[in-house]
Amino acid sequence: MFEHRPGREEGAGKRVVITVLGKDRVGIIAGVSAVLAENDVNILDISQTILQDIFTMVMVCDIRNCKIEFGALKEKLKAKGEELGLQIQVQHEDVFQFMHRI
Amino acid sequence: MLSIQEIMETIRMVQQENLDIRTVTMGISLRDCCHGDHKAVGRRMYDKITRLAENLVRTGEEIEREYGIPIVNKRISVTPISMVGESSDTDDFGFFADVMDRAAGEVGVNFIGGFSALVHKGFTSGDSKLLKAIPNALAATQRVCASVNVATTKAGINMDAVYEMGKIIKEAAALTADKDGLACAKLVVFANVPEDNPFMAGAFHGIGEPECVINVGVSGPGVIKNAVDKAKDADFGTLAEIIKRTAFKVTRMGELVGRAASAKLGVPFGIVDLSLAPTPAVGDSVADILEGMGLERCGTHGTTAALALLNDAVKKGGAMASSYVGGLSGAFIPVSEDAGMIRAVSEGALSLDKLEAMTCVCSVGLDMIAVPGETSAETISAIIADEAAIGMVNQKTTAVRIIPAPGKKEGDYVEFGGLLGRAPIITVNKFSSTEFVRRGGRIPAPIQSLRN
Repeated sequence: MFEHRPGREEGAGKRVVITVLGKDRVGIIAGVSAVLAENDVNILDISQTILQDIFTMVMVCDIRNCKIEFGALKEKLKAKGEELGLQIQVQHEDVFQFMHRI
Repeated sequence: MLSIQEIMETIRMVQQENLDIRTVTMGISLRDCCHGDHKAVGRRMYDKITRLAENLVRTGEEIEREYGIPIVNKRISVTPISMVGESSDTDDFGFFADVMDRAAGEVGVNFIGGFSALVHKGFTSGDSKLLKAIPNALAATQRVCASVNVATTKAGINMDAVYEMGKIIKEAAALTADKDGLACAKLVVFANVPEDNPFMAGAFHGIGEPECVINVGVSGPGVIKNAVDKAKDADFGTLAEIIKRTAFKVTRMGELVGRAASAKLGVPFGIVDLSLAPTPAVGDSVADILEGMGLERCGTHGTTAALALLNDAVKKGGAMASSYVGGLSGAFIPVSEDAGMIRAVSEGALSLDKLEAMTCVCSVGLDMIAVPGETSAETISAIIADEAAIGMVNQKTTAVRIIPAPGKKEGDYVEFGGLLGRAPIITVNKFSSTEFVRRGGRIPAPIQSLRN
């Protein structure tokens, strides 16, 4: 999953990884994707699992056309997370590529 | 292909294991600030520092936000002030320290390094003026850090400078007696000092460096500790391999942040320093890693071997992760800044002599060691001489950052707060070294310096 070669495609460097952690409940995907849709953020990949009893969802998104600044998007998702009792993080995809791939 | 496990591993390192970038340090050359009029020197220094570092803090914060990796400190290092101020008309180099302090305050960094002199073979007039100004400058400013290089493998040890530093350290402690001798925490005495070290208090911008450069220091003892904990029954080869792999990941974050900062600021990327820098926070300790390898307390027999393994594995993993490695790149064992070290000293497991032995296998030096206030300048000088000898003979960097805490004795504590932490007063050998230190002159360079 999440295959991508940094720097070799259009929009590289505009991809972010959104991680959602917490207790499973109804409406997590709907809630998070609503915030993304409102701001023209395209979801490229989505995956979820239970890791050590914690609901874990990871989304890879394209923020090229995002209507708001990165910092503002981060805040909106954080607020949505608080509303749903979840921890939501947004990070540039390079962090993960850089750490785990040469 | 990234797996969900890999993504969660990164998140866990940051959130639970204190992975962070310890410092992004901008090195700035002040060589073009020299002038006959010291006020003109001050103006040029202030203007250049505030111009080049104007966006340093903001850019650092931007990178933190984008990547979700905390950058604990943004700092500045400058050309040794002994050179910058040398041709000016003042004898009071404290003036330049004040300029550095104001410039650092203006751009919002917490420390600025480079109130420094390189005197391993002797003093120029600028060096002498700088050394004379150190105690007052450190007592009067908040952000200025000083360092003095007293020895190299090539030049030997300048014992006149070593003796001088013993006296300067005592004076700096006396001037900040109300704060347990805090000024000494901002002063490092070096042998074989690197010119691109991003870590305070010993950072300065070397004379072989470009106009402006970005150097990065990583952290991550907590991440290594967790990896070591998971390898309880592994043999040493496996243990080293696990540390190498983990160090690679930690260092990659430094490389990423360094490249991003360099691109955003339009300043060349210098080096990543591979040192594992601990903090007083629980779980961010180098001593804990050594104990995780199977030692009951850091400082007991086996500690030197454990540190040698750790340091080497960190370098091997780190070197593969970064295009340019430099600075100190050795494990830090600062007593006051590492909760595990503090505990080891308090419980009598870790002594000054053991710390000295540990510095032989590649840790950087005797760092943040608090000794009784009555310790003489000569004894401090002798401690510096021992450490410089280790550096000189082993062709490595060694450093001493020692605090003779006024009015304190064994069993007491000094409290500096923040990243500088707290330290128990450590026992010093009671026998005198005075006659030895007072001989003066230079200890000649060792035979291994003759390599050509």
